[in-house]
Amino acid sequence: MWQAARLVATFDPDLVEITALSLRVSLGATVIASLIGLPLGAWLAVNRFPARRFVIAILNALMGLPPVVVGLMVYMLFSRSGPFGVLGLLFTPTAMVIAQVIIITPIIASVAHQAIRELWADYHDLLISLQATRLQRIKTLLWDGRRALMTASLAGFGRAIGEVGAIMIVGGNIDHATRVLTTAIALETGKGEFDMALALGFVLIGLAILVNLGLHFISRTERGARW
Amino acid sequence: MTLTGVSVRRRGRSILGPLDASLNGGGLSILMGPNGAGKTTLLRALHGLERVSTGDIHWTDPKDAEGRNQGFVFQTPVLMRRSVLDCIAYPLQLDGVKRAEAREQARARANEVGLNVNLDQAVMFLSGGEKQKMALARALMRRPRILFLDEPCANLDGRSVKEIEEILLRIKDGGTRILMSTHDLGQARRLADSVLFLHAGKLVEQAIGDDFFRAPQTAEAKAYLKGEILL
Amino acid sequence: MTFKTVVLGAVAALMTSTAAMAEEMKMAVTTSFANSGLADVLLPEIKEDTGIEVQLLIVGTGQALALGAAGDVDAVLVHSKAAEEKWLAAGNGTHRTEIMYNDFVFVGPQADPAEAGAAEAATGALQAIAGAEAPFVSRGDDSGTHKMELRLWKAADVTPEGDWYKAVGQGMGAALNTASGMNAYIMSDRASWLKFANKGDLGIVFEGDPVLFNQYAYLPVNPEKHPHVKTDLVNQLEAWLLSDEAAELINAYTIEGQQLFVYNAGE
Ligand SMILES: Nc1ncnc2c1ncn2[C@@H]1O[C@H](COP(=O)(O)OP(=O)(O)OP(=O)(O)O)[C@@H](O)[C@H]1O
Ligand SMILES: [Mg+2]
Repeated sequence: MWQAARLVATFDPDLVEITALSLRVSLGATVIASLIGLPLGAWLAVNRFPARRFVIAILNALMGLPPVVVGLMVYMLFSRSGPFGVLGLLFTPTAMVIAQVIIITPIIASVAHQAIRELWADYHDLLISLQATRLQRIKTLLWDGRRALMTASLAGFGRAIGEVGAIMIVGGNIDHATRVLTTAIALETGKGEFDMALALGFVLIGLAILVNLGLHFISRTERGARW
Repeated sequence: MTLTGVSVRRRGRSILGPLDASLNGGGLSILMGPNGAGKTTLLRALHGLERVSTGDIHWTDPKDAEGRNQGFVFQTPVLMRRSVLDCIAYPLQLDGVKRAEAREQARARANEVGLNVNLDQAVMFLSGGEKQKMALARALMRRPRILFLDEPCANLDGRSVKEIEEILLRIKDGGTRILMSTHDLGQARRLADSVLFLHAGKLVEQAIGDDFFRAPQTAEAKAYLKGEILL
Repeated sequence: MTFKTVVLGAVAALMTSTAAMAEEMKMAVTTSFANSGLADVLLPEIKEDTGIEVQLLIVGTGQALALGAAGDVDAVLVHSKAAEEKWLAAGNGTHRTEIMYNDFVFVGPQADPAEAGAAEAATGALQAIAGAEAPFVSRGDDSGTHKMELRLWKAADVTPEGDWYKAVGQGMGAALNTASGMNAYIMSDRASWLKFANKGDLGIVFEGDPVLFNQYAYLPVNPEKHPHVKTDLVNQLEAWLLSDEAAELINAYTIEGQQLFVYNAGE
C-alpha cells in the first residue's frame, strides 16, 4: 500500500500515463455519447410518434448489455477480418472510445429522457400557450434542464471510467498504448498484486470524484449557487 | 367572439358543452360556477390549449384568434427553472428580443403588478401570491389583445387583490378584452361587465354583470350566489 | 462557451491518439509469459537492438491464435503445440519456431493432504489428488495451460469431475487467487507461481517430470492471408530471438534464484 501511495505522490510516469489515457478515453466517450444521447432523450420526451415506446424499450434493453458483448461486437467490426478492418483502429484508444460510446449512450439518453419528460410536463402548457416553436421548446428544455442533463452525462462518465470488459477486448491493454486504470487493475489482480490493484482503484475513485466536483464547480460559478 | 355547439369530451365523458355563446365588444367577462363546472376547460379551449371535440369558435377580428395576441394566466402558475426576471422576460426572448432589453421590460412589468421582490432569485422561492403576480406579469409581456385569467387572485392577500384589480381595469381601459374565472363573489361584483355562469359543463346563464347579481334568472345561479351546494 | 471548448478538446485528443508511431508491431502472448516478467527484460533490449517497439496483447492461447488468424496481430508467442499446428495447417501462419521452454508445477497446501508430492510421475500426483478428492482448481479457459492439464488427466486415466474439481474459466492469476482462497491444488507454470503475490498457505508440492515441460514457439502471421502484417519487423524480431544475446538473456532470467526458462531454439 505504501508503494502505491508513493507512486501517486511522486507522479510516477507510468501511473500518470494510464491515468491520463483513462481520462481521455472516458471523457471523449462521454462527450460524444452526450452529443448523441442528450438530444435523443429530449426528442423522445417531447415528441409522440408510433415507434416511441419501441425506441425507449430498445434503449432500456441496451443499458443491460454486458460490456464484454459490446467489446466483442466492436472487435468483430474493427478486426482486420471485419468490415472496418482497413481503418486499422483495433487496439487504439479510438476503438476504446467507440466501444464506450455504445455502452454509455443508452444510459445518458435514458436518464436525459426521464429528466426532460418531467420538465416537459411542467412546461407544456406555458410553451404551447406562448406558441414556442418545436426547436425553441427543445432548446428551452435542454437549457433549463441542464443540471439534470449534467447528471445524465456524469452517470455515463461513471460507467465509462469504471468499465473494463469492453476496452480490454478492443484496446488490448497494451502497455504505453492502450492501458488504462481499469485494465491495469485487472492485470495487477491477475498477478495477485492486490495492494497495487487496490491502490489503482483508489486512484480511479479519486479521479471520478475530481471530475464530478470539477463539473459541479464549473456549473456553479456560471450561475451562482441558486438552484 | 362566437361559440357554436362547442363541446370538449375526455375519456368518453363530456366535460364541457355543447355550448353556444357570443361575447362581443370589449370589457371584462367573469366566468363563475362551482368547482368542476368547466371554467378552466372553457378558458383553455378558447386559448387553443384544449382540443374542441365538436363545434366552432369564431373570432370576429382574426387578429384576436392568433395565439400570439392572447395571454394566459394559469390556475397554477408555471414555474420555469430560472430567475424571476428571466421567467417574466421569457415570452419576449422567444420573439427574438435581446436578453437585456427583454429583462428591462420584464422589470417594468414586475413593477406594474406590484411584484416587489429580488427579481434575481429563483422563481420557486417566491410565495404563492408572488408566483401569481409573476405569471400575470409574464402574460402581459406581449401586450395581449385578449387576456385569459384562471383564478388569478386565488392566493392573494386583500391588498394585492386590490392592486391586481386596478391593473386589470387599467388594461381593460387600454383595450384588452379580459376573460377571467373567479370564486370571489365580491371581486366578480366589482369587475364584471358581463358574467357567464357555468354548471356541469353547461352555460346556464349569461348576463350583464349588475343584472346577474341583482336578479339571477336560473335556480342554479340563485343557489350558487346564496352559497348553497349545487349537485 | 465552456461546452464548446470541452468538445473541441475531446475531439483534438482523439485525433492525436490515432497517429501511429514508426516501428511498432503487435504480438499476442499468453498470460503466463507476460506474468513471468521476462517480457519486461526482453522488450527494452529488443527496442535498443532493432528499434522495434513490440506491443504485447496479453491473452489466453485460444484468443492469441484467434487474433493471429484474424490478422489483428503480426505474430504470436504461445505454448500449445497441437493447437499451433492446427493453426498453421489452416494457413494462418508461415512457420513455427521453437524458442524456449519452462515447466509446470503442481501447487497445493503445504501440508499436502493428498500426498501428491510422494508420487513418482505427474500422472501419479494427479491420481493422488483425485483419489483423495482434494479441492483442485482448473483454469477451464481452453488456454495452453488448461489443455496441458487435460492431457495429463487423460494420461493419468482419471476423469476429473465432482465437487472437488473447480473449473474457474479464468487466467492464471485469477485461478491462483481462487486456489489460494480455497487452499486447493492447482497446476501452474513456474513463472506465474513464483511471481504470484498472494500465495497464502500454498507451496509447490510436485515438480520435475519432463512431461511438465512447456514449449514456447514463435509464429508469424501469414502475410499472404493478411497483406498488412509487418513481415519485415516480424522477421527482424525472429532473427533477434534466435540470437546469442536472446539466449543469454533468457537463460539468465531468474526469480528468487530460480531459472524460469530454458532457451532451446535451433536444437
Ligand atoms: N383531461 C381531462 N380528462 C378527464 N376529465 C377532465 C380533464 N380535464 C378536466 N376534466 C374534468 O372536467 C371537469 C371540469 O374541469 P375544470 O378544470 O374545467 O373545472 P373548473 O370549473 O375550472 O373547476 P375549479 O373551480 O375547481 O377550477 C372536471 O370534472 C374535471 O374533472
Ligand atoms: Mg379551474
